[in-house]
Amino acid sequence: MSTQQMARPATGYVVRDSLTMVRRNLLHWLRYPSLAIMLVVQPIAFLLLFVYVFGGTLGAGLPGVPGGGDRGDYLVFITPGILVMAVASVALGTAIEVALDMTGGIIARFRTMDIAKVSVLTGHVLGAVVKTVFAVVVTLAFAVLLGYRSEAGPGGWIVALALLVLMAFALTWLTVGLGLAADSVETASNTPLFLVMLPFLSSAFVPTAAMPWGLRHFAEHQPFTPMIDSLRALTSGAEAGWDLWLAIGWCVLIAVVGYLWSKRLFTRVPTK
Amino acid sequence: MLSMSRDAAISVTGLQKRYGDHEVLTGVDLEVPEGSVYALLGPNGAGKTTVVNICSTLLTADAGEVRVAGYDVRTHADQVRRSIGMTGQFSAIDEFHTGRENLKLMADLNHLDRGRARTVIDELLERFELAGAAGRRAQTYSGGMKRRLDLAMTLIGSPRLIFLDEPTTGLDPRARRELWQIVREQVADGVTVLLTTQYLDEADQLAHRVGVLDAGRIVAEGSPAELKSRVPGGHVEVRFTDLARLAEVAAVLPEATADAESLTLRMPNDGVASLRRLLDRLDDDAVAGLTVRSADLDDVFLALTGHAAETQDAARDENEMESVR
Repeated sequence: MSTQQMARPATGYVVRDSLTMVRRNLLHWLRYPSLAIMLVVQPIAFLLLFVYVFGGTLGAGLPGVPGGGDRGDYLVFITPGILVMAVASVALGTAIEVALDMTGGIIARFRTMDIAKVSVLTGHVLGAVVKTVFAVVVTLAFAVLLGYRSEAGPGGWIVALALLVLMAFALTWLTVGLGLAADSVETASNTPLFLVMLPFLSSAFVPTAAMPWGLRHFAEHQPFTPMIDSLRALTSGAEAGWDLWLAIGWCVLIAVVGYLWSKRLFTRVPTK
Repeated sequence: MLSMSRDAAISVTGLQKRYGDHEVLTGVDLEVPEGSVYALLGPNGAGKTTVVNICSTLLTADAGEVRVAGYDVRTHADQVRRSIGMTGQFSAIDEFHTGRENLKLMADLNHLDRGRARTVIDELLERFELAGAAGRRAQTYSGGMKRRLDLAMTLIGSPRLIFLDEPTTGLDPRARRELWQIVREQVADGVTVLLTTQYLDEADQLAHRVGVLDAGRIVAEGSPAELKSRVPGGHVEVRFTDLARLAEVAAVLPEATADAESLTLRMPNDGVASLRRLLDRLDDDAVAGLTVRSADLDDVFLALTGHAAETQDAARDENEMESVR
């Protein structure tokens, strides 16, 4: 064999390889528009359900609104939670995509190539971030259409969007791991369902103060609550304070654990 | 380089692999000189894919030494990957990408610059007769087109060593011949090839050396001609117009066996000389039909292993499929 090997290690191309893989991921999305539609259908359906079916009653029970709130107040209350559900919905789709990808022969090809191995995964994660931005923007536009108005300035919105992107990044590293760990595509579509369930057990739809003691304790300490509370503060022009740091902390923790777990699952040389 | 014979592109010694209780490879030794084609011939479940997957860094061995392109696959996997191209048994293309997008993906992952990538992609599309379908999704391609695209993707980084795992399984005869031609062109350019196949004729067409893999070890090795010469079963059959002519010819050819009922004479075919001797005895109007039947994989297996070349164990077969993931 010739010895014209390049001196640099493959990891020197981690950015370039990742961008190549993001392009592959987004191309799949464009070729499958139904997937893009599904991503926004779920949060929009929840938005309609909660505002028009439950909104009148739940709005009346909102604390801090003199004389009881109405449907419009409830729309403002749940929009941050709905945006978080949009993030979770993209993350869930990513687990399925990863599991599907792993069943194809092309992964074996990638494994025999001298590329930055993690790029196969970062392609999915960064692709999911782009999809999340799309889902958030469409969902938000829909909320505005229903009458949602924000009192926050551009500063608050920029921080809110940055937090949503960070959440997408963290949750998709976790779901990439779930996709890799799943022994089938069916399993991969089930295991991340807790991400869609957890917002219901948080401050997304009703204030936690209205919950029974045990549930309330859980809701106040699970990661989605500080994320949703921060978004609610940022998008209403208030100070997010400690909640924001807590939300960022949770995101960093989930991202690091998800990344290390996914990387370990993907880069181990299979013995079977 | 290092401690191996200088010109071996692949050198495998004492390779062992087991899945649970199942010994898939029980001690494989093989050496593939640079620039040559080596065919691993064997039925499903013999362990062919396992050998290829270990050589191409997809799997780890339990025991034995494997050096590819001069590097130990266990300790220098990245260097090995830099030197090889792999076309696995299962389609390794992106079905949602067009033919051109698939090649672009590979060009980028091989870190070719933009201008060079475009030239190479156009060349490959042309050479593999995919130019007309370059803008269509690979999903819509025929089996032969998918295989050609798969191989083009493997070749885009100009690897000096390629692995082809059952490259023509499932292809029609024309697509097979086209693929063989492409492999021959690569070999003419000096590329080393390790291929696996279930077909003796494929090994015959492409390989310089053939290793017959059976139950996890190489039971015979040699050039295709050497192997075939060790195999009975190749023969010539002549059907006569009447019994008298059959008896006449049978009398002067002691190695032939005559069957009076079907009016046929059957003679082992061990080369042109014996064939000429037979033809010399035949009158044009005495012959109703003539068939030359060559040895096939079943003949080779029966002769070399004492058992037929059927899948020896369904579980092992599954394992082999599994290991590709």
